[in-house]
Amino acid sequence: MSWVTRTALVAGLGFLYGPIVVLIVYSFNASPMVTVWGGFSTRWYGALLADAPLLSAAWVSLKVAFLASLLATILGTLAALALERQGRFRGRALFTGLVFGPIVMPEVMIGLSLLLMFIGIGLDRGLLTIVIAHTTFCTGFVAVVVGARLRGLDRSLEEAAADLGASPGRVLMTVTLPLLAPALAAGALLAFTLSLDDLVIASFVSGPGSTTLPMRLYSQVRLGVNPEINAASTLLVGLVSVAVLLASWLTARRGQG
Amino acid sequence: MRAAGAEAGPARVRKRGRLFDRLVRLPPFLWLAAFFLLPFVITLKISLSEPATAIPPYLPLLDWRGGLDGWSAFLEALNFDNYLTLAADPLYRDAALGSLTYAGVASLILVALGTPLAYALARAPARWQPLLVALVIVPFWTSFLIRIYAWIAILKPEGLLNLALRRLGLIDAPLTILNTDAAVIVGLVYAYLPFMVLPLYAVMNRLDPTLREAAADLGASPSRVFWTVTVPLSLPGIAAGAGLCFIPMVGEFVIPDLLGGSETLMLGRVLWSEFFSNRDWPLAAAVAVLILAIVIGPVVLFRDSLRAGEGEAP
Repeated sequence: MSWVTRTALVAGLGFLYGPIVVLIVYSFNASPMVTVWGGFSTRWYGALLADAPLLSAAWVSLKVAFLASLLATILGTLAALALERQGRFRGRALFTGLVFGPIVMPEVMIGLSLLLMFIGIGLDRGLLTIVIAHTTFCTGFVAVVVGARLRGLDRSLEEAAADLGASPGRVLMTVTLPLLAPALAAGALLAFTLSLDDLVIASFVSGPGSTTLPMRLYSQVRLGVNPEINAASTLLVGLVSVAVLLASWLTARRGQG
Repeated sequence: MRAAGAEAGPARVRKRGRLFDRLVRLPPFLWLAAFFLLPFVITLKISLSEPATAIPPYLPLLDWRGGLDGWSAFLEALNFDNYLTLAADPLYRDAALGSLTYAGVASLILVALGTPLAYALARAPARWQPLLVALVIVPFWTSFLIRIYAWIAILKPEGLLNLALRRLGLIDAPLTILNTDAAVIVGLVYAYLPFMVLPLYAVMNRLDPTLREAAADLGASPSRVFWTVTVPLSLPGIAAGAGLCFIPMVGEFVIPDLLGGSETLMLGRVLWSEFFSNRDWPLAAAVAVLILAIVIGPVVLFRDSLRAGEGEAP
């Protein structure tokens, strides 16, 4: 590698990680001032554990993320199978648009339009509506991850099973899905993370009793820099990093095999 | 003439296969039609409702069982007042222009920053590439809200950037960066950089290395190889990355709200305040349709590259 590309890498990664490092460092700051270092302290983590509304919001978020990632993994995997294994079918262009549209569509639009529909059909806002909304935008991401893996799979394995008389359902359950397992896990983890992270869509479709963690954090962040938020963020960053590294390790490991 | 008996077996298998294929694609199709497509149709309809009737069932309702009369009654009752408001009030025009400008400028900066970074990733030793790609992805999946919030501590007048500049003796008085256009651009570039780099890296990684080698053998300098071989061949990736960033940035809410000033006008923020503060739901729906109208072009244009580029994410 030349020094130019090396510099580009260091500068790029430095830009991406700088703000996150700042956040983590100051979460251990004894002083509540951002630019004043008051010594090392874990007091903000203690304050976090005593913050009941924050903890209950975190619990709501975990429940939503679990259900949404489960549903999105099922739907996203089926979508990827249809797109990668079914060639041409009627409505393929529409199907593709429906699967990948939510990935790029601005969040305010998804949130507002879902809310207008929920009100139109008289569905009470709460945990269920957030789960529906999150499943909708996570499905495309799962389809991307599973689809990439499906493209890399040796199709002759599935064809061999079919030639030997296995029904399509049996081929799926005993050949395709086991081979896809790491991608399913990676897709589910990403869906979980995305759901855990969403503020905008949840703000539109949540009800009075269902405040998620990002909604709670947002209402505090708007009031200014708060070291307790730094602590919460550090925990969140740690959790997500572990999940993402695990996910990319799972995909990379199978990719080499 | 085909012998009916000989074909019965394979035909039954094929038929069963087609039924199975339908069963596979039906659940995601129904789900997304119900919770992605239908809501947009409803939004479109509500944007044509009267503000005063902003409570369900949002007049006018289409009486499609009434045949032609039902349709004409529906069309006559359509109300374009919300769109006239959008056209007449400079606030919405400025917000649309603002969204296009912020997203456009940020996309250009993303191309300038993302291209060398993607190139460096593609040229890194093969065994380091999975780790380096994962390092680009981790912030992407790290709380968006928190990453934007972190910039407040850096950019504010008594923040780390001003502190560093003063320590270095470059400035005497703190610069005002937070709550300006510059802060919004920094936030957009920062949040969407992985969106730019990953599809571009996927394209650059697949380029045939012999083309670069041939250019170098013919005496081209490394920078000339980069500009005359690598960049032109990567243009589809550059376009896909810019499109992938531009589309969601147009409707961005969190970044202008946390880092921008009171005069930072973007459509996502306007929609949010029409909905949550002014409670004018039909007008908010009209703003949503305006956003859709702006992003639909890039979405159609980049439909294929969105798929191909995103396919390289973890």
